[in-house]
Amino acid sequence: MPHPMPSFGSFSLLLALVLCTYTLLSGAFSLWAISTGRQLAVSPENLRETSRRAGIASFIAVSCAAFALIWAAFTNDYSVDYILHHTNRALASAYKFSALWSGQEGSLLLWAWLLAAYGFVLRLRHKVDITLSAYASTILAAVQVFFLLLLVFAAPPFAIVPGGVAPADGFGLNPLLQYPEMVIHPPMLYLGYVGFSVPFAFALGALMMRYPGEKWIHITRRWTMVTWLFLTCGICLGMHWAYAVLGWGGYWGWDPVENASFLPWLTGTAFLHSVMMQEKRGMMKGWNVWLIFTTFLLTILGTNLTRSGLVSSVHAFAQSSIGSWFTSFMVVIFIVCLFTFLYQRDHLKAENRLESLVSRESSFLFNNLILLAACFTVLWGTLFPVLSEFVQGSKVTMGPPFFNRVAVPVGLALILLTGIGPLLSWRSTSLRSIRRNFILPCIAVLATAIVLMACGVRPWKDDDATAGIYALVCFALGAGVITAIFAEFLRGAGVIRTQTSQNLAASAITLVRRNTRRYGGYLIHFGVVVMFIGLAGSAFNQSKELEMGFGDSIQLNGYKIVCQSYSQDSNANYDTDFALLDVYHGNKKITQLTPERRFYTASQQTSTIVAIHSTLARDLYVVFMGRNPETDRPIIKVFLNPLVNWIWIGVGVIIFGTFIALVPPLKPGTRRVEVTADSPLEPRNSPLKAPPAFAAEGGPRV
Amino acid sequence: MSKRLLQVVFVCLLAVTMLGAGTPNSSFDKIGHKLVCQCGCGQILLECNHVGCPVSGPMIDELHAQVATGLPETGVLNWFIGKYGPIVLAEPIRGGFDDVAWIVPCVIFVLATLGVALLIRMWHRRHAQLQPAIPTAIPNTTTDTMRDRIRQDTDFDS
Repeated sequence: MPHPMPSFGSFSLLLALVLCTYTLLSGAFSLWAISTGRQLAVSPENLRETSRRAGIASFIAVSCAAFALIWAAFTNDYSVDYILHHTNRALASAYKFSALWSGQEGSLLLWAWLLAAYGFVLRLRHKVDITLSAYASTILAAVQVFFLLLLVFAAPPFAIVPGGVAPADGFGLNPLLQYPEMVIHPPMLYLGYVGFSVPFAFALGALMMRYPGEKWIHITRRWTMVTWLFLTCGICLGMHWAYAVLGWGGYWGWDPVENASFLPWLTGTAFLHSVMMQEKRGMMKGWNVWLIFTTFLLTILGTNLTRSGLVSSVHAFAQSSIGSWFTSFMVVIFIVCLFTFLYQRDHLKAENRLESLVSRESSFLFNNLILLAACFTVLWGTLFPVLSEFVQGSKVTMGPPFFNRVAVPVGLALILLTGIGPLLSWRSTSLRSIRRNFILPCIAVLATAIVLMACGVRPWKDDDATAGIYALVCFALGAGVITAIFAEFLRGAGVIRTQTSQNLAASAITLVRRNTRRYGGYLIHFGVVVMFIGLAGSAFNQSKELEMGFGDSIQLNGYKIVCQSYSQDSNANYDTDFALLDVYHGNKKITQLTPERRFYTASQQTSTIVAIHSTLARDLYVVFMGRNPETDRPIIKVFLNPLVNWIWIGVGVIIFGTFIALVPPLKPGTRRVEVTADSPLEPRNSPLKAPPAFAAEGGPRV
Repeated sequence: MSKRLLQVVFVCLLAVTMLGAGTPNSSFDKIGHKLVCQCGCGQILLECNHVGCPVSGPMIDELHAQVATGLPETGVLNWFIGKYGPIVLAEPIRGGFDDVAWIVPCVIFVLATLGVALLIRMWHRRHAQLQPAIPTAIPNTTTDTMRDRIRQDTDFDS
């Protein structure tokens, strides 16, 4: 056999396709037999079990295929067309590994592998609810069959180079992808994208089987939160990569591919909020089902946008014919969802109605409204060039100015609701409670606005007044929301302190442990606000560009950058141009920066390596733009970007808050007891006498 | 008391907004941020960071030349549209079908807000209709169930 590993990979994919098809058909057949009470030659329960096991086996088969591709990358097997086009011998090992997702076929294989991994976990944990898990497993198998069909027939990752003769070296990896974050950003994003298949499968399965109660939401809550966390991390890692690599001084360019990842995040966030209304009040059942259907459809749309060439993007993979596969798949999914919804809609009747406009429920409704308005706006802006070409015959550009103008006010409204929502009670909020809860945040908003204006933040006097005014409003609202969150923590911790005589910090920890979901959610809100403050800082960005010889300097808002030297270097993978720059603030030297510009020999492409001096207040961001061909001197561009670190800190807080929300809360009346061998535990049903402090821990809720 | 507080806040706001001076206006910067570099990078013209970019340099020179002629902003933009097509604009601002890009999100937002408001109103009315006009005596078992339900509904666990 001339190419053993590619053959093994292709065979594994075929085997996975057969196994997944069996999982789908046997699963569907057994569930149909169970629900209708039909007798089969084989027991439907046994058939269902074989379906589950075939699903587990398909994970092993897809893993073998992914392994085969990585093996081919590490062994420089350039007989594989994909490896030839995405790696070269001098490429660092980490990037050979990341070659798995740097091209069309590889990234589809990654998608299939992650979906198989999620399915594997779901099928192992089937005992949480055997029937519902069987429905979810069958639906996941249907999605998996689609991706495996793509990999086998439309975008095979193990295709052999024409003629079958392997060249001596590969064409290399896109230099923009040769950055540490690119090793983790795509898998994170894909974990988020693919992960939404699981709550989708559970929601559709629960609707198909008319699942009683809201248990399916409890089962999928952790899945949804973990998926949402992965997607959040993926998007933010992408922002950081764009900031550190692309060298334009920003982190979000409203590129169609960026937008594609943002769309399911918006609907997923709306789902995470509105699902609470279903859990608490039995409301919004149909709405929630459609939110998760839409989220899943948007993940497929995002994948389609990246691959079909429907919209122009610097991120997109090469144009290919697989766009029609995705479009057909989306149509099929939509029809299945719509049919199931119409057929079972009487099962989704709400148990309660809204009682007051001023209530937690209505705040969730408006939160959903704003998130979906943002989602529609971003989708509209992304697809409008296609519509314009269809109607007018000429494409238009929907660049950052459009999105900033439309999306920023929506974002500000979202911050406002982030502050208001948690302060309202379920069912109805009294006027006294509103006055008590809102007075402090309102004072914080006013005080922040006044202090900022007194400190010289008066954007209406600038050229671009709108951005500055938005930023000012964002800072003021952010301060109000942070005050509201801290007031909630302090109020709760204060009550626990009076109950337990603990200090305030210990009381706050107890408070969080008692209701991890609520206070984890508050921490996430806090992180989001910190992030928004960081984003608002971009309204005050400054930049300067200069050709620099030895000893030349650039002055920018108190910083002085002096060129000490510039030189060249090279290794097997790339040649590099770099400058050594001393940075002074006032008269004090604070650091030395080395911005680079690399030329990758295999791919014949250039890439920038930005040098950043980061503080809490601002980033000094220096780019080696290249050399002036006439003077051979480097051209250096310096950006002063305020508050960028706040964005990354905010992301850290969001991650921490999500982990807190995922931790099970401390059960009332439980405590950990260390037992030695010579003093065994009392019988289980005997009353446990807890010391007063512990007894209070499980006492009445705050 | 609260009236006096409001007056103080208003005076403070007025004082700080009246301080300081504005920065000079630059139509070159303003127009340069409304155009997109045509090299394929998709970046705003004045933010294109490719050294030796064969497109952005000449485009910036053209922008300098057009601004120097004293043409108003619309005139300069029209000159660029004439040369590069409407794709040169960073956002659709030519009027006609371009306006649809701006109108649709606003209309959808307004309609959705009205829809939510109507929904809340409908729910609220239906809830009011379901309330019994005269409270009747409720058996103890029912009140216990209700109390449990209320506790569950008003629980802070969210």
